[in-house]
Amino acid sequence: MVIEDLVEIAEKERAGGKKTIIRCCMAASCMSSRSEAVKAGLEKAVKDAGLSDQVEVRGVGCMRLCCQGPLVGVEPGNILYQKVEPEDAASLVASTQGAPTDVERGDPEQPFFKKQLSIVLSNSGVVDPERIESYIGADGYKALHSVLFEMTPKELIDHIIASGLRGRGGAGYPTGLKWATVAKTPSAQKYVVCNGDEGDPGAFMDRSVLESDPHSVLEGMAIAGYAVGANQGFIYVRAEYPLAIKRLQIAIRQARQIGLIGSGIFESPFHFTVDIRIGAGAYVCGEETALMASIEGKRGTPRPRPPFPAESGLWNSPTLINNVETFANIAPIVRKGADWYASIGTAKSKGTKVFALAGKIENTGLIEVPMGTTLRQIVEEMGGGAPGGASIKAVQTGGPSGGCIPANELDTPVDYESLTRLGSIMGSGGMIVMDESTRMPEVARYFMEFCMDESCGKCIPCRAGTAQMHHLLDRIVKRQGTARDLATLEELCDMVARTSLCGLGQNAPNPVRSTLRYFRNEYLALLAPGSNGQLAREEQTANSH
Amino acid sequence: MAAKTLNINGKQVSADEGATILEAAIEAGIKIPTLCHLDGVYDAGACRLCLVEVTGVNKLLSACTTRIAEGMEVHTDTEQLRKYRRMTLELLFAERNHTCSACVSNGHCELQALAWQNGMDHVRYDYCFPRWSVDASHPRYGLDHNRCILCTRCVRVCWHIEGAGTKNVAGRGAKSFIIDDLAQPWGDSETCTSCGKCVIACPTGALFTRGSTVAEMERDPSKLAFIVNARERKQWVV
Ligand SMILES: Cc1cc2nc3c(=O)[nH]c(=O)nc-3n(C[C@H](O)[C@H](O)[C@H](O)COP(=O)(O)O)c2cc1C
Ligand code: SF4
Ligand code: FES
Repeated sequence: MVIEDLVEIAEKERAGGKKTIIRCCMAASCMSSRSEAVKAGLEKAVKDAGLSDQVEVRGVGCMRLCCQGPLVGVEPGNILYQKVEPEDAASLVASTQGAPTDVERGDPEQPFFKKQLSIVLSNSGVVDPERIESYIGADGYKALHSVLFEMTPKELIDHIIASGLRGRGGAGYPTGLKWATVAKTPSAQKYVVCNGDEGDPGAFMDRSVLESDPHSVLEGMAIAGYAVGANQGFIYVRAEYPLAIKRLQIAIRQARQIGLIGSGIFESPFHFTVDIRIGAGAYVCGEETALMASIEGKRGTPRPRPPFPAESGLWNSPTLINNVETFANIAPIVRKGADWYASIGTAKSKGTKVFALAGKIENTGLIEVPMGTTLRQIVEEMGGGAPGGASIKAVQTGGPSGGCIPANELDTPVDYESLTRLGSIMGSGGMIVMDESTRMPEVARYFMEFCMDESCGKCIPCRAGTAQMHHLLDRIVKRQGTARDLATLEELCDMVARTSLCGLGQNAPNPVRSTLRYFRNEYLALLAPGSNGQLAREEQTANSH
Repeated sequence: MAAKTLNINGKQVSADEGATILEAAIEAGIKIPTLCHLDGVYDAGACRLCLVEVTGVNKLLSACTTRIAEGMEVHTDTEQLRKYRRMTLELLFAERNHTCSACVSNGHCELQALAWQNGMDHVRYDYCFPRWSVDASHPRYGLDHNRCILCTRCVRVCWHIEGAGTKNVAGRGAKSFIIDDLAQPWGDSETCTSCGKCVIACPTGALFTRGSTVAEMERDPSKLAFIVNARERKQWVV
């Protein structure tokens, strides 16, 4: 494979395009509402109508408005159909020839779509994730070629630093700096790891990227391998994501077949292979040191850092570990330039962020917006607010490690620092909207139960502390708690956050602390009357002043 | 090996480059509470009792796993740390069923001693009273899960000193427990060499020699470090 071959595949792919393209969403959400049957129906209808040489039916990745699935798009014309049934196929195909159809139309001009800015998701819903040619037709693997032949690893790393990209796995560590550390650590063997564990309840960004555009992640990993001097990559995906695993397997096989992964990529001396490792679905295995233990075949428990993976990771070799979405940003940054990327977003948070909108919101699905977009724009304009005109009470970001942001803070721009200031975190991108009917102490109890169950059990504060905090929250929710219980709970929140070994325990108190910060009265109202009831009432009065 | 100087609790201390804060403190005669640390095996950093404050570092660091650096300023005994240590111990006592008065290790228990040394005189949390069993299938030793604090000292000793790889941890969170081989009765284990190192390593009464009664289990874990040191220095090579 040389660049001419790549260009030829791309040109053939673009030239071979038929007059009409019917895109049918084949990501997990739409597939759960029978989109496979829809696609089969469409293919049959095209054949029956004798339109095979004019109309292409293309299975594509996530088309984002998951709540209206199965989604079907028709080009030209930018037409969107929603809630498509397999029985609609014939009518839909006929409509491409000008016939009227009563299949439910979606509005591609609604704010949900119009306010999005696609970088990571630019191929999602457009290319066929199971055909590498489709990705190459969308400029795929061009970035890999250009770094191999036009950039030194150092120039490449400087480029990533200049783009301002920060890790999308939660903590927001500057990606270029991490790459530089791994590159500078001397070692004959280095590894690149892609973190696709995605364990936050309600989050499905990484799954969508892997299902919709697996090659963008592979290309990002190969570029990273060149930058840091690694020849082996691992993608860690949870077993609950069978479709993502299948598409990755197909992608790796196809890339290997045409020489875009393996030895002598583009006939350069660069060698890079990628293997998949399947996790058993433990939340803690998303934590980088636990994830690496799991890849090594050990029990997935975290270990203290330092040493950081960049110095000593997989089998004690320097290891670069980044999130799925982080890798998916790399090829676009290389293609379009660091300046272009750095011009999007806010002063300290560059580029876009993908969010999975879920909960009490009209439009659930996947969105990608520039950093700095306000929460109000996301949940009210794009998300369409709470169903039935209910008012929004809070927005939860960062999953069990994050917090609840109250409605009066909705004008906050979404960036790493602003969300942290509000007692939440950016997290990996789950966004759960809650309406008036949500009771905050119950939300806190739910997330604490999650952390208690997912604690690996290695360190005492997290293992025993989450159990005690859950017990206290349970008492409070059941109106058996006292003011003293509340004080004990807050003391434990501080202690577990400060003393736990890994991020799971350190962040487990966040949902409790943030709901206590903004909705304290809901807790006070639940305290049992009795010996401590007096105390509770006093605190409540003090609070209301 | 070059030496480094640092400051622990206001005292100038020097230690070998590559030493941990815990090692430097011990050398300087400064006591830091530990529970999962065991001389002779690698550290897990799991119990969090040895946490210390280091000036300029936001997080608390475990002394047993953090290497010293030139000019480091360490505090091991602040009000805050003492409070966290007491809470950690309280959490442990509430977690399983620790009844000192009926325990083989009463009077020789590291957990009990730590509670006493750190002024933990009562437990403010509700006791969990979980149901755990006792494995008495091994002819010489027993394992009482009720008294286990999951420090994993036995596991590390079994893998790294004896090399048998019998003991391990199964389960998650508070439901984690020590297993033998593939979670079978200890007595059925085909890998256990009955060396007894795990029993010597246990800080509480969880692992015991059968036939011992209340307060009879005394052990000397320094034997384990002795073996490791002798091996490393090839003292037994003739
Ligand atoms: C309990 C826990 C769970 C985590 N889960 C994930 C995850 O599912 N996906 C992920 O990318 N990062 C996760 N992280 C963060 C990783 O440890 C690590 O910081 C990240 O993969 C680094 O990639 P980035 O720099 O691209 O963000 C988790 C961290 C903790 C403490
Ligand atoms: S904080 Fe929780 S998940 Fe992390 S090491 Fe400790 S017990 Fe395990
Ligand atoms: S002795 Fe250091 S964490 Fe247990």
